Amino acid sequence: MNFDLSDEQKILAEQVRGLLAERTPYDRLRTLIDANAEWDEPLWRELAEMGFLGVNLPEAHGGLGLGELHLGVIVQELGRANAAVPFFSSIVLAADAIRLAGSETQKAEWLPRLASGEAVGCFASAEGPGPLLGRGVALSDGKLSGSKRPVADAGVAAIAVVQVGDGLALIRLDQPGVTRTRLESFDQLRPHYRLDFENAAAELLPGRNILQTLLDRAAVQAAFEGVGGAEACLEMGRGYTMERQIFGRPLASYQAIKHKLADVAVGIELARSNAYYGGWAAEVAPDDLPAAAAAARLTAIRAFEMAARENLQVHGGIGYTFEANCHFYYRRERLLAVNLGNRVVWADRLLAQQPGTQGKAA
Amino acid sequence: MDFNDSPDEAAFRTEARAWLSSHAPANELTPGETIPDTEEAQRGRAWLRQLYEGGWSGLAFPTALGGRGLSGGEAAIFADEEGKYHLPKGPFTSIGTGMALPVIARHGSDDQRTRFIEATLKGDLTWCQLFSEPSAGSDLAGLRSKAVRADDGSGDWIVNGQKVWSSWAHLSDWGILVVRTDPTLPKHKGLTFFVVDMKTPGIETRPIRQISGASEFNETFLTDVRIPDSNMIGAVGEGWACCMTVLMGERLGSGAHKSGVIPLLNYAAATPDGCGGSMLDNGAVRLSLAEALAEEQGERWFQARLRTMVSKGENPGALAGMVKLAYASRYQKTSGLGMELRGLDAIAADPVDAATADLQYDYIYSTVMRIAGGADEVLRNQIAERVLGMPGEVRVDKDVPFEQLKG
Repeated sequence: MNFDLSDEQKILAEQVRGLLAERTPYDRLRTLIDANAEWDEPLWRELAEMGFLGVNLPEAHGGLGLGELHLGVIVQELGRANAAVPFFSSIVLAADAIRLAGSETQKAEWLPRLASGEAVGCFASAEGPGPLLGRGVALSDGKLSGSKRPVADAGVAAIAVVQVGDGLALIRLDQPGVTRTRLESFDQLRPHYRLDFENAAAELLPGRNILQTLLDRAAVQAAFEGVGGAEACLEMGRGYTMERQIFGRPLASYQAIKHKLADVAVGIELARSNAYYGGWAAEVAPDDLPAAAAAARLTAIRAFEMAARENLQVHGGIGYTFEANCHFYYRRERLLAVNLGNRVVWADRLLAQQPGTQGKAA
Repeated sequence: MDFNDSPDEAAFRTEARAWLSSHAPANELTPGETIPDTEEAQRGRAWLRQLYEGGWSGLAFPTALGGRGLSGGEAAIFADEEGKYHLPKGPFTSIGTGMALPVIARHGSDDQRTRFIEATLKGDLTWCQLFSEPSAGSDLAGLRSKAVRADDGSGDWIVNGQKVWSSWAHLSDWGILVVRTDPTLPKHKGLTFFVVDMKTPGIETRPIRQISGASEFNETFLTDVRIPDSNMIGAVGEGWACCMTVLMGERLGSGAHKSGVIPLLNYAAATPDGCGGSMLDNGAVRLSLAEALAEEQGERWFQARLRTMVSKGENPGALAGMVKLAYASRYQKTSGLGMELRGLDAIAADPVDAATADLQYDYIYSTVMRIAGGADEVLRNQIAERVLGMPGEVRVDKDVPFEQLKG
């Protein structure tokens, strides 16, 4: 047994981390927010040039043909940097959906463009308050009707993968039947849109019964992103409390602070371990994936939630200012807590996987 | 990342399985069977003996000292396979192999190694731990039991004091003991380590009546106990270093546990919700149980990561304490939740309802899990200081001669 990342995966993580540390410092994030920017386009282009967008896509379609753990270490670094790029929408969701459910023609048309970053994809499922999977959008005779909201990164996307019932449709957003309306996004670095479809031309992704697998695989990646974000919060909180003097000694020397951050550290290690297992299961043990993904999702939500909240808390009043860096994560964490279904949904999914119990179907 | 055994590991596992399948079943305890402590300890010795004769003792222990000199990974594989049987193992076996042996191997003399190591591996000697005292638990170095040289020129030591929480001391042959030999030094520096024959005159063990109703812990009174100098481990004043060696073994070994979340799912499913379904249909119950199960899974893979570190020769250090810290609180929370979802019946159930009796016991026992082998608060300090590099606690007593401390 060797339950650790490979040297190659560790080097990849370092490369991505190094690039992001240089290109997207926190002041850059503030600039993007002030400019009401759609995304950090130069960073996206650079990620594309380095080949990071296609890491897990097949070589035949312009990818590097590596696995979910390689993808995971990249996503973890993007989470750590709180990068303003549509990676999760375009690569983890849209490209994976096309890869899993698309026809050969669809794959050949879109995967190379997504892998190169030339085109961005987004994923549309929710229809306002309530469940992740809406029921109001219909596909009939190649025409899509109805509304999806909120949809992350739709402003820069060329295509959307749209959940329709239990299936998935592929639609080009640049057409008369599609209206994009930007919403006020709680996560200020990931714009969200309302998409209205009026007899818009769309095609079905022919693969069947892949929606849940898509979400399971994405849940593992969301766990990696959450672990990265939580680690950034822990490091920031630790760094601040080590510097900050209070009542004549460092804030970090108080047990109330030490114990809080120790609990965050434990939460991160449990989530990281589940994310590793989820990535491994996605690659080689698909039968284990549903439970592994649910466990990763639940522990990562918990870890990031605790880390984002306590990081701001240990900063005290300065943490409530735009000039401090806690808020980026405090907001991103809520996005990750709901972007693939909340923890109630994943609790059901985890219990439904346990043999011998009368678990409700998720 | 690879969960499969390497070819060498697979061969080792096959060998271990084959041996266990022909030896372990006859030594198993029957689940639910309660046997007297004396018999359990006896069966523990017998199992150690069989391990020794089969060549499965001291797997990760150096060959020069009678072990097999294998890697931590192989030892973990054997523990995996052995763990599939319900064998008579407990403090009465693990204190010897997991604590006494490492400290004797590292700090003992050749003569001591000869006298104790093989006999312990064979199960001829079992051990208890005489460390904690009524006023020295998490602050172990504040212990007050003392040893002074006998005034008869024999070089022997005379020990007086009181130890507590010494698991199975009443059935052990020998004890590992730490006492104060120089109260004029600061507290960590005045300690010395001994091994002591538990039949020595002046040693009296009294069982402690625990809140669970059981009495596996004792208080041990030491009154003018004479210990030959040849039973001192390491040098005078080396006691704290010896303790660290022992506690490292405890930390790495205290992740083992059996009560998981899955039985609670079945328990919830077997408890009516009053609406025609079971408590497993209840959203709040489902969320709590699923979060606990997800943590339990994470802990399992975290242990796999720790094992991988050990097998690569890395020391997980305070990371290892995370396992117990996470487990103990969850154990208390989930057993408490189990009682709640059961309803009032959890307080006084049908005598045949073993599941509820188990939960009641778990809820009581979970309290000591949060205290023993590193209390939650101590572990959090260690994680903060050693993993996160945060400042150490203020230690007002650190450089003060022990005899000048208040308390």
